[in-house]
Amino acid sequence: MKLVTAIIKPFKLDEVREALSAVGVSGITVTEVKGFGRQKGHTELYRGAEYVVDFLPKVKVEAAVKDEVLDQVIEAIEKSANTGKIGDGKIFVFDLEQVVRIRTGETGAEAL
Amino acid sequence: MRKLYAMLALVGAFWLGAPVHAQDKPAPSAAAPAAAAAPAAAPVAAAAAAPSATATPAPTPNKGDTAWMLTSTALVLMMSVPALALFYGGLVRSKNMLSVLMQVFVTFSLITVLWCIYGYSLAFTEGNSIIGGLDRLFLKGTFDPVKGDFAMGATFSKNTPIFELVYVAFQATFAAITCALILGSVAERMKFSAVLIFMVLWFTFSYLPIAHMVWFFPGPDAFTDPKTVDAVTAKAGLIWQWGALDFAGGTVVHINAGVAGLIGAYLLGKRVGFGKEAMQPHNLTMTMIGAALLWVGWFGFNAGSALEANGTAALAFMNTFLATACAVLSWVFLEWMLKGKPSMLGAASGAVAGLVAITPAAGNVGIPGAFVIGLVAGAVCLWGVNGLKKLLGADDALDVFGVHAVGGILGALLTGVFNSPDLGGPGFVTDWVTMKVGYSSIGEQLWIQCKAVALVLVWTGVVAFISYKIADLLVGLRVTEEEEREGLDINSHGETAYHM
Repeated sequence: MKLVTAIIKPFKLDEVREALSAVGVSGITVTEVKGFGRQKGHTELYRGAEYVVDFLPKVKVEAAVKDEVLDQVIEAIEKSANTGKIGDGKIFVFDLEQVVRIRTGETGAEAL
Repeated sequence: MRKLYAMLALVGAFWLGAPVHAQDKPAPSAAAPAAAAAPAAAPVAAAAAAPSATATPAPTPNKGDTAWMLTSTALVLMMSVPALALFYGGLVRSKNMLSVLMQVFVTFSLITVLWCIYGYSLAFTEGNSIIGGLDRLFLKGTFDPVKGDFAMGATFSKNTPIFELVYVAFQATFAAITCALILGSVAERMKFSAVLIFMVLWFTFSYLPIAHMVWFFPGPDAFTDPKTVDAVTAKAGLIWQWGALDFAGGTVVHINAGVAGLIGAYLLGKRVGFGKEAMQPHNLTMTMIGAALLWVGWFGFNAGSALEANGTAALAFMNTFLATACAVLSWVFLEWMLKGKPSMLGAASGAVAGLVAITPAAGNVGIPGAFVIGLVAGAVCLWGVNGLKKLLGADDALDVFGVHAVGGILGALLTGVFNSPDLGGPGFVTDWVTMKVGYSSIGEQLWIQCKAVALVLVWTGVVAFISYKIADLLVGLRVTEEEEREGLDINSHGETAYHM
């Protein structure tokens, strides 16, 4: 099992969710986050004062998936979150040791 | 604590005693308010004369005037709480939101109370040319409960009194908002107790004398005879005697407060992290609501300053409307050209700049004046918060000097220019006996305006400096660095503005 974490542009969230549903991902967790990468920040001007805002708002999507669908999931996120412009985000993949469904006590792939 | 009780007891005793005094002396010799005497019957010392029982019945206040002035008073109250509080509050960081709201709210209340104890009397009764007298302590004599008589105040027309209590209330809101304006300069770091001490001192020694010097005169009905004009004029405030024009408070309100704010910014020092950390406004939506409410309330402030529901009020109303819109456009378009983007904060700031600049001019200039003053104000105040601010090097947190003092000076000077009938202005009353209107020359009037501005600049600067120093000695001006970093809301007031 793998844990896929994707940092995407906030306005792409709906498309990513739909694409993930289409490849059979049954649940995701979404968090509003801030960060910076190559896109860097931007400047904001308030009357005479200029501030460099380093951290831009992004959305973090997390999905736990079976090993065999991993490639499809990555492709789904990559395609749906892509705008071609700097700041589209990144996808991180981790090995997932264990999953437990709290209600039933099921574990492993059954719990996904 | 015991001292406090003793003081309250004293105040109570005085208050109870007041009506008795009023009965002893049913004819208080207050001046601006002593308009009532019928001019024909009034003797030489008319100003001091009371509503006398002569054959001609004394004129009574017009109901329309009364209604308009009460409405205006409520509008000016709205300018402070909530408008100014929200305008300022949105501009600070969220950890200091409540401290700004609190400082404005409590300052406004404090000054209102002081106004009714001694402020009104010292500002608007006869004394010398610098400060008034004590005839109206605790508003004594404004209402006689035994006879059910209300004292009359003067307007700018003969035989047109208003209830003095209406004038007291209207002017109370001016005193209170002027003091509250200063808070923008010292925001996010000043101790609450120091704020209150400073306000008492500055209100007493700067606002009151300046209001007296600029606005106090014995009223048009006091001028009955060409031979006594000099004697009656000598009872007016110093700057009024010079002939300076200030319709609704360019000098009294905006320069006065703006300079006091700047001095405060210097004496307090910069906010921790100023210039290094980001200090973005936490909620410009609030700031927009505040600015918009200010615009609405300012109709009471400026058009109300006509003291009557008449053509001058209509002129002041339209000028306030137009100049503000002009200033919004000039600020926003210049910002767009120079900085790349037209901002909401720019629009809100432009509105306030226009309102400030048209304040002394409101009923003193014509429509051409409003166009020019508005357009210039947007541009000059944009410089006030950029180039000038860097030049001054003080952390005037919310740009009270850059907008209010700069806009106030600009407005005060241009009032002298655009008052000229050649430039569409109404001119001013040159002879209060015949109510003849005229105008001298632009150069002459501009020079008088300059003198008025200069006197107010120096006066408020010195008084503010001393008042801050006294507050510093008594309680210290600033909160500790740790408290400042954590925010004034939680440390000074034990509350948090937002729970999320």
